[in-house]
Amino acid sequence: MSARRLPHWADVTLVPLISLIIAFLISALVILAIGEDPWEATRLMVQGALGSTYGWGYTLYYTTNFLLTGLAVSIAFQARLFNIGGEGQALLGGLGVALVLLFVPWPNWWTAIIAALFASALFGAAWAAIPGYLQAKRGSHIVITTIMFNFIAFSLLNYLLSHVLRPAGSMDPATARFSRDIRLPRLADILEPIGIEFSRSGPANVMLFIALFACFLAWVMLWRTRLGFSIRAFGQSEPAAHYAGISSVKIIMLTMLISGALAGMMAVNSVMGGPQRLVMNAVEGAGFIGIAVALMGRSHPFGIIPAALLFGFLFQGGSELAIETSIPREMIVIIQALVILFTGALDNMVRAPLTALFLAARGRR
Amino acid sequence: MSADTTGERRAAAVPAIELRGISKSFGPVQANKDIGIRVTKGTIHGIIGENGAGKSTLMSILYGFYAADAGEILIDGKKVEITDSLAAIRAGIGMVFQHFKLVENFTVLENVILGAEDSALLRPSLSRARRLLRDLAREYELQVDPDALIEELSVGHQQRVEILKALYREASILILDEPTGVLTPAEADHLFRILRGLRDEGKTIILITHKLREIMEVTDEVSVMRRGEMVATLQTANTTPAELAELMVGRKVLLRVEKAPANPGPVVLQARGLRVVDRFGVERLRGIDLDIRAGEILGIAGVAGNGQSELLEVLAGMIPGEGMVTMKDHTLDLGLRRDDAHTRRSNSIAHVHENRHRCGLVLNFMAWENIAFGYHHAPEYQKNALLMDNAAILKDARGKMERFDVRPPNPMLTAESFSGGNQQKLVLAREMERNPDLLLVGQPTRGVDIGAIEFIHQQLIALRDQGKAILLVSVELDEILSLSDRIAVMFDGRIMGERMPDQTDARELGLLMAGVRGSAA
Repeated sequence: MSARRLPHWADVTLVPLISLIIAFLISALVILAIGEDPWEATRLMVQGALGSTYGWGYTLYYTTNFLLTGLAVSIAFQARLFNIGGEGQALLGGLGVALVLLFVPWPNWWTAIIAALFASALFGAAWAAIPGYLQAKRGSHIVITTIMFNFIAFSLLNYLLSHVLRPAGSMDPATARFSRDIRLPRLADILEPIGIEFSRSGPANVMLFIALFACFLAWVMLWRTRLGFSIRAFGQSEPAAHYAGISSVKIIMLTMLISGALAGMMAVNSVMGGPQRLVMNAVEGAGFIGIAVALMGRSHPFGIIPAALLFGFLFQGGSELAIETSIPREMIVIIQALVILFTGALDNMVRAPLTALFLAARGRR
Repeated sequence: MSADTTGERRAAAVPAIELRGISKSFGPVQANKDIGIRVTKGTIHGIIGENGAGKSTLMSILYGFYAADAGEILIDGKKVEITDSLAAIRAGIGMVFQHFKLVENFTVLENVILGAEDSALLRPSLSRARRLLRDLAREYELQVDPDALIEELSVGHQQRVEILKALYREASILILDEPTGVLTPAEADHLFRILRGLRDEGKTIILITHKLREIMEVTDEVSVMRRGEMVATLQTANTTPAELAELMVGRKVLLRVEKAPANPGPVVLQARGLRVVDRFGVERLRGIDLDIRAGEILGIAGVAGNGQSELLEVLAGMIPGEGMVTMKDHTLDLGLRRDDAHTRRSNSIAHVHENRHRCGLVLNFMAWENIAFGYHHAPEYQKNALLMDNAAILKDARGKMERFDVRPPNPMLTAESFSGGNQQKLVLAREMERNPDLLLVGQPTRGVDIGAIEFIHQQLIALRDQGKAILLVSVELDEILSLSDRIAVMFDGRIMGERMPDQTDARELGLLMAGVRGSAA
């Protein structure tokens, strides 16, 4: 009976919220343990990430990254495919962006972004297609293969950036800068015409809206199309999908292509929207954080929006913390890890007692 | 107590088990309501009830899996606290579950002593168990090779191992949960002989079942449960199947299916030399020849695991096969190079899978999504080339659920939250309302309560009377006998023979199911 389960609203709001609070409490203890003031740290993080349009400019920039990688993981997860390879797919997406922007003289930003979106999606999808094929046809576990493909992507990028794409004379393993003519409009440019003043230095740009729109499209795809129906059915029960005549090979391949394309498109933000050249750590772990975002957002295209914002805040707030205090940069990794641990892995630790509480409350009525 | 067993003394004697006022609820669902029952020592006591009547919950309380909210358990007149299965074993209770709890790659002997070893060294326990097994085999026809691996044993023998396990732990009260579901009629008879032997030695046996015939055949007393309550305890000799059925359901039930004689038309599906080899290289179907005609129900009888599942799945396009199958002049692509389950549906073959939890339904999908499941490409469910028309599906689902009396008739509930019978009606509504030329049905009433069984049987016969062909696979011989217009018996991937239902009986079919040819019997 459904009565033994938590009401849906509590499942999607209370559980992640309580998990989050526990994660923050333990983070506070860790900060106390290294002799710093958790209140002060919290204040600095909030101030740094949300206290100014400068902070928001960075927070939303990171949020954009996490929206796309989170969406990539979510869609794969709807088909019960654990795509750990967002990092590698995003790196390859970055390569696609760099190639198409360096070697074609685009007249303006919007032709350039369309080309970059296509190239990044193509490269990311191609990189995801190989593990997808191995899973669909050979039964090689997708978790293992996508992890390995991350390493291959790192090495490939390392080689290309140090030997092939590095401009002559540069000591930096990175490509040349893209043309200034195709710089993406930042939030300041977009908000200016409607009279809102926004910091010019925050890198959040038009990709934020594209990422949000991608969430909407993903929702339509999952809940309004035959493909989405098939993907969700396959994810819920592979034998049932087989019974219904849904081809596992087709679903695994299509899902991984979509997932890889989304992860790849993240690079349009972090390469074209950020440093405007392809650098070695262009992805900054966003592929992995996408997993946490998807877990917290319950793999729902709308659920990941607040989750991505939270991790955007943590990412930006954390770097402020490292600048302003003696709390090391790694502390933020600990906080993120705790959030992932509690919202993802230890999810049941909160859900089980909460369910019992709900049942007890209902029983008394 | 003296050995005096005259009728009156026996009734007055201390019962082997007595439950007083047992209640248990899961959230708002009251699974057991103030249950009281006295099981006389040295009797076979049946507990019968529909699915969800609370039989399993009650037994789980008795075996220490759940703690009761209220009430007490008395064994031999003494109050006991059964907090876990170890406490139950100490109290002398042995349980034989529907799904055996055996280690497949251990021997019989090892399974028997597992968890009840006398010492850290296995040898003393093993030899003690070996002696005991020899004695039990002599006394109760409980023969099993002590050194055989469990995976090599037939289901009937595995069940004996479960009983031996309980006896090794010196159980004086044996509880069997739906023990005959997986047995051939002959194996079931053997089991009943064992049970009677154990009873005559003074053991108390509780038999949980939904089969009226077994209750009548083997029990001394029977308790009937309905909706969490114990509605009656009767002497089996003084009751009838009709009375029990009425007590179980709470209203009069048709035990026999009423149907007009079949009016078979042309052959709809013809199979010749149909073979299936599974992915381990085991031949599951060894050359099946079948004709299914319009307007008839062809019943396939057989013990589970003799190729019936493969027969349904290969015809439904779920697994590849070899041979020649034509469906109304169209040759099916058995190799599944072009075909799949989807193309078979477009060939007007509908399939009610025998396992609705694993295949027939997506349990986490809502009822309306399950109504579209498998038919989600149907043109009437599409808004345009890109989007599905969820509103149209929802409307269709409402209609189908109403016509098939799915309760509650709410298409927004997940499939999981319906009872077994209503889940099955959901699947049947989806598959039957498409008016398929051929309906493949596996175990249509497995885990379905009596009231729903009646309804499902009526629907199948109505479809037949519309001139559609039905291939019915069931391990319930009664169901095969009462629904089929023609019966084919499968054994080890072959059809052992065909019979007309009015010219055969359970005994003859039982022999065929066990692989004995009619002529040899």
